[in-house]
Amino acid sequence: MAELVIRDLHVSVDGDEGPREILRGVDLTVRSGEVHAIMGPNGSGKSTLAYSVAGHPKYTVTSGTVTLDGEDVLAMSVDERAKAGLFLAMQYPVEVPGVTVSNFLRTAATAVRGEAPKLRAWMGEVKEAMGKLKVDQSFAQRNVNEGFSGGERKRHEILQMELLKPKIAVLDETDSGLDVDALKVVSEGVNRIHDEIGTGLLLITHTTRLLKLIPAEHVHVFVDGRIVASGGAELADKIDSEGYEAFVASEEAGAKA
Amino acid sequence: MSVAHEERAIAVTVPKDKSEVISSFIPADFDVPTGREEEWRFTPLRRMKPLLTALPQNDGATVEIDGDPAVIGVDAAQGPIQPGEWLVPVDVVSALAWAGAADTTLITIPPKTDLENPVTVTITGTSTSYQKLRVTIEHDSSATVVINHQGTGQHAENIEVEVGARSQLKLVVIQDWDRDAVHLGRIHSHVGRDATLTQVVATFGGDLVRLVSTVDYDGPGGSAELLGAFFADAGQHLEHRLFVDHNEPHCRSNVVYKGALQGEHAHTVWIGDVLIRAKAVGTDTYEINRNLVLSDGARADSVPNLEIETGEVSGAGHASATGRFDDEQLFYLQARGIAADDARRMVVRGFFTEVLDQIPDADIRDRLWAAVDDEIGAVGSGVGS
Repeated sequence: MAELVIRDLHVSVDGDEGPREILRGVDLTVRSGEVHAIMGPNGSGKSTLAYSVAGHPKYTVTSGTVTLDGEDVLAMSVDERAKAGLFLAMQYPVEVPGVTVSNFLRTAATAVRGEAPKLRAWMGEVKEAMGKLKVDQSFAQRNVNEGFSGGERKRHEILQMELLKPKIAVLDETDSGLDVDALKVVSEGVNRIHDEIGTGLLLITHTTRLLKLIPAEHVHVFVDGRIVASGGAELADKIDSEGYEAFVASEEAGAKA
Repeated sequence: MSVAHEERAIAVTVPKDKSEVISSFIPADFDVPTGREEEWRFTPLRRMKPLLTALPQNDGATVEIDGDPAVIGVDAAQGPIQPGEWLVPVDVVSALAWAGAADTTLITIPPKTDLENPVTVTITGTSTSYQKLRVTIEHDSSATVVINHQGTGQHAENIEVEVGARSQLKLVVIQDWDRDAVHLGRIHSHVGRDATLTQVVATFGGDLVRLVSTVDYDGPGGSAELLGAFFADAGQHLEHRLFVDHNEPHCRSNVVYKGALQGEHAHTVWIGDVLIRAKAVGTDTYEINRNLVLSDGARADSVPNLEIETGEVSGAGHASATGRFDDEQLFYLQARGIAADDARRMVVRGFFTEVLDQIPDADIRDRLWAAVDDEIGAVGSGVGS
């Protein structure tokens, strides 16, 4: 039973006019087996939360804590966080020229598992995971994300998640840029990993599109760098019909008060 | 996070008429460079001063040849200058080296011969030297020739290469010099009808290395694949100048040079000149140089230039890009559990893959990968931080 606990997290980013605060006190707990969704308008800081938890050097944590099973995540390097069981499926995974998917996956699995997987078993494992995600076997010999379509990039992210078996996974706008069929394959993959190994999920999205395929029992509305409302699936339905306007307006009123 | 992609493209005019270039075997025909000349403006002449005038000692290197005894030899004839059939010096250092080399190292592969094992020439510098090599592969043959440079001192060298009709030559030229060595080299390759030259230049060592590689063709159907990999550390000056003279129709050239730079005053220069002459219809040429800057204080100059005198080419293009190490790549790999040092190594190795994976001989490929790994190891933790 894993537990990611975020308490009063404040995060700044360096801009042209000095540091700018983007996260302004985030409180959130995600446990194994749970599915959380963070929904908010563009620019509300949702992705900053994802990247701050993963340890992107662009973001500076100014106060607050993040722990995984009691361990201080903020004291860990980026790779130590992954080894501890955190995973970030990125919205825009970068190309790594000259590094094949095959080499990348095996190096990552070796690092996360602490030992090199046995070659034959590993080949089978990769082949099976690729099959489930309807990824062509030739994928393994291509360079990481190089020339990948939007759908291929997202499937590649979920393939990594399947092989690295994280305790808690943050999925940043995984539905963006996917057509209906690709979205179906990707969401089935996420649901399968969640069901099989109980990975706790934090879905970051600004539409309810993904939530129709990956039902989230906890929905949080994110406005201006913090969670302004939390509830169940019904909150997503409310956003679907009414948009974020009511939340944004009340947050502005609150800020003035 | 910001990825700086700089492009320095300064137009350099390749002389349209070859007679505009002074080419001569007589050193006195050349002015001693001052550093203001186009072809010398990047080179720190101060650091190669002994090579600008005739060397008092010109045998400060040993030459060892490992290969089939039937194809290797030394022409020890002294005395009068033997003009090269295809290589004519175009600068004073090359002319001095041609005139001053005591003998010529010869590698001659007879017609219709497929040489299974590579011929390896190892030149080990001790003080100052002139070298002259001639690699000839006659028609309908195939071979791999490796020329290794190692040791110390100041050296000037001419390598004349002739690829006979329908032959395939793989020529690998490695600069694995000690950190203080200076090497000025010229390689001229004359590619025969329907012949294929694959040339790999790998430069890792030395204080100053400046190599001029020129190619021309003997008839239609010739192909030249010119690959290069270089890695400059603090204070090193590594300069690669190429000139492909498409003087025959329906020939092909493909130039891929990749360089990494790390450390204060690491300096690389890549000049890629391609000339497609009026008679060279159906030419297919592409050249690219990419440089990966791993730290502040390093400088990469990259100047591609394409001059086309006929409208009837089948393809002609060039590209040059110099970029900083991409921290986003590092983050991505680290976010999958890969430690920073390993992630950095993967990215730099990945950068060189395009060139090194094309090296046909597994032993040579492994050796160059090991050299790249050594360089990455020496990079330390300054990268991407």
